[in-house]
Amino acid sequence: MKIAIAAQGDHLDAEVDSHFGRCAFFIIYDTETKAFKAIKNPNVTAQSGAGINSVTLIEREGVKKILAGNFGPKAERTLSSSDIEIVRDVAGTVKDAIQLVTK
Amino acid sequence: MIVSIASGKGGTGKTMVAVSFALSLIGVVPKEIQLLDCDVEEPNARLFIQSLDAQKKTVTVPVPVIDASLCNLCGRCAEVCVYNAIAVTQKKALVFPELCKSCGACSYLCPQKAITEKEKKVGFVEEAKGSGIALVSGKLEIGEIDAVSVIKAVKKRVDPQKINVIDSPPGTSCPVLETLQESDFCILVTEPTPFGLNDLKLAVETLRKLQIPFGVIINRCDLGSDCVEAYCEQESISVLLKIPFKREIANAYSRGIPFVEVAPEYRKRFQTVFQNIVKELP
Repeated sequence: MKIAIAAQGDHLDAEVDSHFGRCAFFIIYDTETKAFKAIKNPNVTAQSGAGINSVTLIEREGVKKILAGNFGPKAERTLSSSDIEIVRDVAGTVKDAIQLVTK
Repeated sequence: MIVSIASGKGGTGKTMVAVSFALSLIGVVPKEIQLLDCDVEEPNARLFIQSLDAQKKTVTVPVPVIDASLCNLCGRCAEVCVYNAIAVTQKKALVFPELCKSCGACSYLCPQKAITEKEKKVGFVEEAKGSGIALVSGKLEIGEIDAVSVIKAVKKRVDPQKINVIDSPPGTSCPVLETLQESDFCILVTEPTPFGLNDLKLAVETLRKLQIPFGVIINRCDLGSDCVEAYCEQESISVLLKIPFKREIANAYSRGIPFVEVAPEYRKRFQTVFQNIVKELP
């Protein structure tokens, strides 16, 4: 299963971002192969709709779960119309976040 | 003729000046006077004009509605929406009306013709008649952000046969530009403080870009420093009037009494301001 983590950096030791829509990077992690890739979030400076576009971006990656500190109301509405599960109140490093899902 | 009253900084006395300026012209110019309140986020000119029943008209803007039975989730609508007001997930197309600016691109370009438009209420325009003056006020609905659409609706009531005095929102952003366009003259109200001066400079830059002639009224002129006057002199901007900081003016304002009623000598001064404006116009 592929999961996404809203992160402040492009590596597994980066901190989880407290806000989903405008996080610096999305770490896309495959729980079976343990491979990951980082996608720079193009919506960081969007005037509006950052959360909405971030959802469709990770959806295209085939992600089933998204982990972040928190989600904006529009991102949440969009996520609830997708098959992606929300995991909120996540803090610490991306590694910690991955353990939360894989333990 | 349109004379708008604007300011960079908020709280400098735009409404006070707009109301008193408009009232001072009643009966002395051979035209009807109309006051238009374009400060649609805080329209308070009506607090100062005793009027009979007001007529309210709703202001609406078109927003998209997606027929899920026709939509094939192609995502074209979300792609063309520069305001990100539409999200198309793998299961559903979602509209966020609060982000929509009613450009119509989505419904026009939808290959499936699945998008129609419905009207959404963003505010209302109120028209009232006072003694010798007509008042048009726009009011934005609570929670809405589309001030520009409500301002446009107010400005549709501009009557070239009348003297139109427009009370503008503060600042130099989109609602202000929408308000000031087509003005024949703009009165900038400011105060002699560092904030007043800083924001006056921004307003001056804006008006120069819009190529609208303007002059300055300094409110609470006996406070602060002479920084505003020095700036106006340096930039060759005419100071049309100075209004002192007086308890009786503040007191009357807080009770909804126009200040020319407690300081009637200012009627004449506002009339002189008007004559000077007319002289400056081509």
